Amino acid sequence: MDVKSTPPSITSVCLLAGKIMLQSGAETHRVEDTMQRIAASFGKTASQSYVTPTGIIFSIDGTDPTNFMRISERSTDLHKIAIVNSISRQVTNGELSMAEANDQLKQTDLDSYSFSLFFQVIAAALVSGCFAIMFDGSWLDFVPAMLAGAAGYLAMERFHDWVEIRFFAEFLASVIIGLLSLLFIHLQLGAEMDKIIIGAVMPLVPGLLITNAVRDLMAGHLVAGLSKGAEALLTACAIGAGIAVGISFV
Amino acid sequence: MGEQLITSFIAAAGFGVLFNAPRKALIQCGLVGMLGWVLYYGLASEGTDAVPATLAGAFLVGGLSKVCAKYYKTPVIIFNVSGIIPLVPGGLAYDAMRNLVENDYNAGVQLAAKAGLISGAIAIGLVFSEVINQVIKKAGRKRKAK
Repeated sequence: MDVKSTPPSITSVCLLAGKIMLQSGAETHRVEDTMQRIAASFGKTASQSYVTPTGIIFSIDGTDPTNFMRISERSTDLHKIAIVNSISRQVTNGELSMAEANDQLKQTDLDSYSFSLFFQVIAAALVSGCFAIMFDGSWLDFVPAMLAGAAGYLAMERFHDWVEIRFFAEFLASVIIGLLSLLFIHLQLGAEMDKIIIGAVMPLVPGLLITNAVRDLMAGHLVAGLSKGAEALLTACAIGAGIAVGISFV
Repeated sequence: MGEQLITSFIAAAGFGVLFNAPRKALIQCGLVGMLGWVLYYGLASEGTDAVPATLAGAFLVGGLSKVCAKYYKTPVIIFNVSGIIPLVPGGLAYDAMRNLVENDYNAGVQLAAKAGLISGAIAIGLVFSEVINQVIKKAGRKRKAK
């Protein structure tokens, strides 16, 4: 059966929007809100949804079949969240038909808006260097923190391609940061190892998860908030353990 | 203070890049992060305890992100996240972990408790600004209804 010949159902449009948002790291209450708004603007005001970080359950009303979507890959892509948000805004204002919205969402799902890896590593380096200064480090630690931070971020991106388990990639990246900081201190390129390490691990810190966990908990999404909090805690532990392993090689 | 201003701006904008924020929003991300951090840093260097200082910083970040979100019609999370990151007690958490690894459990647990309190302060600051925003929204709606 040709997929294109069947008109998109309201459910599939809503689920697609929800899927993109959740995969890009949006809060679950925002995902539910967006799906219900889209459904409502197509005349289905009684839609029900239940979103957790790992799956979406969506029902248009009591009689239609309930749909389920599993989310296995999650990353951080604020740009996609903004795009889906503006599509849903246009739908609510009646500027987009269902087919147009479906096409645009499909395009958004396929497109990649991410900055190039090179640019991301540069950003990670700048972030690391600046954090070393912000935590009252001396300017002597700026360049070592930049290098360690860039290496750590690059390592995490690379390891993540090889290893399925994200926590392990974070662990290995932190080991590298720890080792590099030791090396810089040993070569007397930096002043304080602590400042270099703190700066360098900042790009790995699960900041988005922490903020989202809080926002979800406050919106009453207890399951989503707790599971995101657990994910953040695991990431923090992976980073801590990695650094501990790295610097114990003395 | 000058170097704090510049570094916190770059750090927050850099996080915008790492989180793939829309290119147009990067400057605002940096500004929100900078103002939140400067408030925290200023209070902390005046002698305020780190927990209330973090609370004030998070509150400011929450409020500013809401304003930005409204003005640019984008989800609030874009400005929020990179603004909060500088306030996250990464340094304390690291110190706590390091002390634990070195078998200095007393210092480790102390620092970990402090890091936990600061995370809580971030949460409360964000919630406060959310609550105030909702109150303002409701007040506006009531006025319209009249």
